[in-house]
Amino acid sequence: MASLKEMRNRISSVKATQKITKAMQMVAAAKLRRSQDAAEAARPYARRLASVIANLATGVSGDGAPALLAGTGRDDRHLVVVAAADRGLAGGFTSSIVRAARAHIDGLIAQGKDVKIVCVGKKVTAQLRRPYGERVVDNFDLSAYRQLTLSVAQPIADVVTKLYEAGDIDVVTLFYSRFKSVVQQIPTALQLIPAVVEGGEPASGPAAVYEYEPSEEAILETLLPRNLTVQILSALLDNMAGFYASQMTAMDNATRNAGDMIKRYTLEYNRSRQAQITKELIEIISGAEAV
Amino acid sequence: MAKLHFSLVAPERELFSADVDQVDAPGTEGDFGVLPNHAPFMTTLREGRVTVRDGASVKLFDIQGGFADVGPEGFTILAEHAVEVVS
Repeated sequence: MASLKEMRNRISSVKATQKITKAMQMVAAAKLRRSQDAAEAARPYARRLASVIANLATGVSGDGAPALLAGTGRDDRHLVVVAAADRGLAGGFTSSIVRAARAHIDGLIAQGKDVKIVCVGKKVTAQLRRPYGERVVDNFDLSAYRQLTLSVAQPIADVVTKLYEAGDIDVVTLFYSRFKSVVQQIPTALQLIPAVVEGGEPASGPAAVYEYEPSEEAILETLLPRNLTVQILSALLDNMAGFYASQMTAMDNATRNAGDMIKRYTLEYNRSRQAQITKELIEIISGAEAV
Repeated sequence: MAKLHFSLVAPERELFSADVDQVDAPGTEGDFGVLPNHAPFMTTLREGRVTVRDGASVKLFDIQGGFADVGPEGFTILAEHAVEVVS
């Protein structure tokens, strides 16, 4: 049985922890709002770019199609980009993305394919370096950036395009966590190269005859790399929102657990205090009777 | 009189979206103006200034590269980077 002083110390230490988790929860909630807005605001651009590309891609097909769209025609060498958090204390946020990515990677390796990995986020690098070692070709740390803009996504896209243009890879898949709602983030795989063209709704009425300046191919050639960057950026933005949502939930749970613990300890403390008082009373009374 | 639906979208957010009279933009192969009911047209953009006219009001944006799409549903600029010029 712990002494009263020990118990008092334990209660105050749990209280201090609870204050920290409570503060972290509130900070995460505030940041969640901001990152959710940012993710929301970036959507129109990504959506329109995708629809323009879908439009163009139906016109440009066959041999003239740019490599980013057509692929290399093979499926032997894969690049897996895994994007998650730079920081911890967010429940199973990073782990769930990494788990999905590992299932995919192990599946590819089992099929005898060559797999390379690019990690985005410090925690991802830590979790993937160990099992995959030299397969990890590059890693990024985003914790230095206060705001996610295109210039953050650009270097990642550059690494991907460089590897692709060097002919080292055939297929590129991006793993991130899609922000569905505050309580639901879904680890998602997105194929970046060859670009997946959404089966756009068939143009209503007679297809508009577009005039292109310069040519269709040239426009597509400049748009595809940008689309790659934008897709990575919106994945990062989704991740950011998901991270704070999951940190908020995790910290909320931690605060509640700390509360439960304090309640239990306080009850135990009061009981043993009462027991001691009773014991002392008995001693005094029996001492007085003996005289 | 018919109006042109114009939106200017940057990767971070949508800067402008409304019905206007005329938009001038810097295409890579020359500046161009778009009026309502323009024929479908697509081009890449260079660095320069976009002028949006609606009645007597004029709005200016500086853009750095991007892409313009004039379709039946309106005119959309996807700019790589864009800021409104406050005169």
